[in-house]
Amino acid sequence: MPPTRKRKLDQTASTIHATSPPKRHQAEEFKEVEAALPATPQTLTSDKGMDSDDDFNSVASSMDLGEEMSSSVDFGAGDSDGDVEEYEDDNTGFEATAKDLANKRKAFETDFKVYSPQDIQNQQDGQVAEVANLLEQPPEATAILLRYGRWNKERLIEQYMDNQEELLEKAGLGQDIRRNPPRIETVIGFACDICCEDGQDLESFAMTCGHRFCTDCYRQYLTQKIKDEGEAARIKCPGDRCNKVIDAKSLDLLVPSDLTDRYHVLLMRTYVDDRESLKWCPAPNCVYAVECGVKKRDLLKVVPTVHCECKHAFCFGCTLADHQPCPCALVKKWLKKCADDSETANWISANTKECPKCHSTIEKNGGCNHMTCRKCKNEFCWMCMGLWSEHGTSWYNCSRFEEKSGHDARDAQAKSRQSLERYLHYYNRYANHEQSAKLDKDIFHKTEKKMTLLQSTSGMSWIEVQFLEGASQALQQCRETLKWTYAFAYYLARNNQTEIFEDNQRDLEMAVENLSEMFEKPTDQLAGLKVEMLDKTAYCQKRKVVVLDDTARKLKEGEWDLLLLTPC
Amino acid sequence: MAGMSGKRLQKELAKIQGILPPGISLVSADDLREWQMDLTVPDNSIYPPDEKYRLRFHFSTNYPIEAPEVVFMLLSNPERKIPLHPHIYSNGIICLDLLDKQGWSPVHNVESVCISIQSMLASNTKAERPPGDAEFVRSNRSRPRDINFLYHDPTV
Ligand SMILES: [Zn+2]
Ligand SMILES: [Zn+2]
Ligand SMILES: [Zn+2]
Ligand SMILES: [Zn+2]
Ligand SMILES: [Zn+2]
Ligand SMILES: [Zn+2]
Repeated sequence: MPPTRKRKLDQTASTIHATSPPKRHQAEEFKEVEAALPATPQTLTSDKGMDSDDDFNSVASSMDLGEEMSSSVDFGAGDSDGDVEEYEDDNTGFEATAKDLANKRKAFETDFKVYSPQDIQNQQDGQVAEVANLLEQPPEATAILLRYGRWNKERLIEQYMDNQEELLEKAGLGQDIRRNPPRIETVIGFACDICCEDGQDLESFAMTCGHRFCTDCYRQYLTQKIKDEGEAARIKCPGDRCNKVIDAKSLDLLVPSDLTDRYHVLLMRTYVDDRESLKWCPAPNCVYAVECGVKKRDLLKVVPTVHCECKHAFCFGCTLADHQPCPCALVKKWLKKCADDSETANWISANTKECPKCHSTIEKNGGCNHMTCRKCKNEFCWMCMGLWSEHGTSWYNCSRFEEKSGHDARDAQAKSRQSLERYLHYYNRYANHEQSAKLDKDIFHKTEKKMTLLQSTSGMSWIEVQFLEGASQALQQCRETLKWTYAFAYYLARNNQTEIFEDNQRDLEMAVENLSEMFEKPTDQLAGLKVEMLDKTAYCQKRKVVVLDDTARKLKEGEWDLLLLTPC
Repeated sequence: MAGMSGKRLQKELAKIQGILPPGISLVSADDLREWQMDLTVPDNSIYPPDEKYRLRFHFSTNYPIEAPEVVFMLLSNPERKIPLHPHIYSNGIICLDLLDKQGWSPVHNVESVCISIQSMLASNTKAERPPGDAEFVRSNRSRPRDINFLYHDPTV
C-alpha cells in the first residue's frame, strides 16, 4: 500500500455526528446522516465525537475519564484541524484525503493497514518514548499513563499539564517512581498480611504506596491476575482499595520470565483492544492486527472489508468473514434469523399454520379440523381459520368459508405466509451459494489432482495449470458475494434502484454458473479450455466488482431503502 | 490442606475463635474449606434485631489471593432467611464489589467481609430485591464469582 497522508478532521462529519440521535434509532440516524452528508467523503475518520461504544465506556467511566477520552484513539489526528503538518511524521498514515480515495478506489474498497506484532510493539514503544520525553517521566510510568488514557496522547499531555498530581494519582502512579526504583527488601518486624508469615529474612516488596507483602504472595497474586484473569494493563496493588498500578519493571522483579512474556503479550492485546482503529485478525492463530479508520457509526454506510497478511478477508466492523455488500447490522440480523428459522422454515411452511389470535405456530397432528391453540386456548378451524364457535356442530364438514372471522384470519395468515415465502426465497438462494461454494471447492480439489496427473502426461508446466486455481478462487469469492447479495436483498425495500441491483445480481449469478460448469468438464479437455476459463474467470470478477461497486456507492449515498426495523 | 490458604485460614480461625465484633459469630469451621457465620443487623427496622442470617464462606486453595465465595443460606432449622436487600438475590447470592475480582484484596479476611456485609445491611433503606431477581434466580447457573454484576452501587 502506498504511503498516504493524514486527512484533516472533517468538520461536516463531526457536526453531523453531534446532531445524530442515539444509536437505538438506527434507521432514522442513517437517513439523517445521509441527508446531510457531502457527496465525496469515503470514510469518516478522526473525529472526536462521543462514541457510545459500550465496552469502552464501562472501563472509561470507572477511570473517571469521561466519554471524550474514551473515544478518539486515532494516532494523534484528533484535534489537528487546520494543523495537519504537525502529525505528518506519525508513522501510521492509513487515512488519505477524501479526494484521493474517490479517485483511486472503488466504492467498496476501504483503506487499511496490516501490522505485525513487532510493528505494534514498535508503535507502542514509540509512543511511550515520545510521551516519556515530553513529560519527563520514566518509560514504565509513561506506559501506565498512556494505558490509563487509552493512548490518546494529546488529551493525556493536556491533563498532565493541567494537573500533574491528580493525573498521576488517578492513573495509579502516585509520585516518585523515579526516586524510588522498585526493589525487593527484608524489613525488620515485617509480617505479611496475606499469608501471615513473618521472619527476619522474609523477602518483601512494596510499591510507593507502602503496602508491603512478601514476595511469595506478591508473585502468586500477580500470577493469578495475569494467568487466570488475563489482566495486564491495570493490575493494582494487592492492598485494600489501593489504586496503585503495577509497572513493568516491578513486575519483572517479582515474577518468572514466562509470566513476564505473557504479561507483555497481554499488554499488546490491550493496546490493540483499546483503540477503535485497531483490530486483531480473527483468523485462527493469526498474529497480525489491522488498522482501519472506519468507525462503528459508519457501518450503515460502508462495509469495511480488510485483507490480512494471512490472506483472510474480514469485515473490520464486526470481524466476521468478508460479507460485502451486506452491512454489518443486516448480517447480524440475517444470521440470527437463519439460526432461528432455517431448519424449521421449510417444514413450517408445509405443515403448520399460525393461530389467528396469538400467532403462535400450530402443528396439525391429526385429522380433526378443530384446533385449540396450546398457548392462548383459542379454538379455530384448521380449514377456514374461522372461530370454532361459529361452526356450530358442523365441524366435520367445514362450510363456513365465508364467515367474517375466517376471512380476516385467512388474510392475516396469507400475509404471514407471504413473509415466510419471501424469506425462504432469499434464504434458499443464500444457502445454495454457501453449499455450492463447498461443492466447487471439492470439485476443484479433485480436478487439481487430475491436473497433476495430466501435467506429467501432457507436459504442461506447473505455472500453466495455475489458471485452475485462480478460477476456483474467483468462484469461491463470487459465490461468497452472491450469497450476501441475497441476505442484503431480503432487507431491501423496492425502489427505483432495486431493478439495477437485481440485474447486476443476475449477471453475476450467470457468470458464476458458467464458470462453475467448466469444472465439470472432463479433465483431459481442461488444458484446451484454458483461454475460455481465463475469460470466464475475468468476467466473473468483473461482474463482482460491478455488484459491489454499485451497492457500496448507493449505500454511502443512502439510495437504498433498507428494512432495518423489520423484526428478525 | 494444600495451597497457601491453609496457614492463613488457621490463623484467621484462631483469631475469630477469640473475639469477634458484636452481631457476628462463628457457627462452624470444621471443614477448613467451608465456614458458616451468623450475622445480626443492629439499628435497622428492616431487619428484626433478633433475626440471624447465615453466611457460607467457601475458600479455594488460592485463598486469599482469590476471593472466597460468600452467600446467604436459606435454612429451616434453625430458621435463617435471606435478608431483603437490593443487592442480595433471593437465592442468597450477594452483589458486592468486595467479593469480585476487581474489588477483592487479599488483605481482606472473613471478619472484614462479615463486617462489610453487616454494614451494607445496616445502612440499607430499601426493603426490596434487586431488579430482575426472579429471572436471575430462575436462570442463573454460574458460581457467584463468575457472574458479572451490572453495577455495584456503593450507596445502597
Ligand atoms: Zn505473604
Ligand atoms: Zn498499595
Ligand atoms: Zn490474519
Ligand atoms: Zn461486518
Ligand atoms: Zn393462540
Ligand atoms: Zn372451518
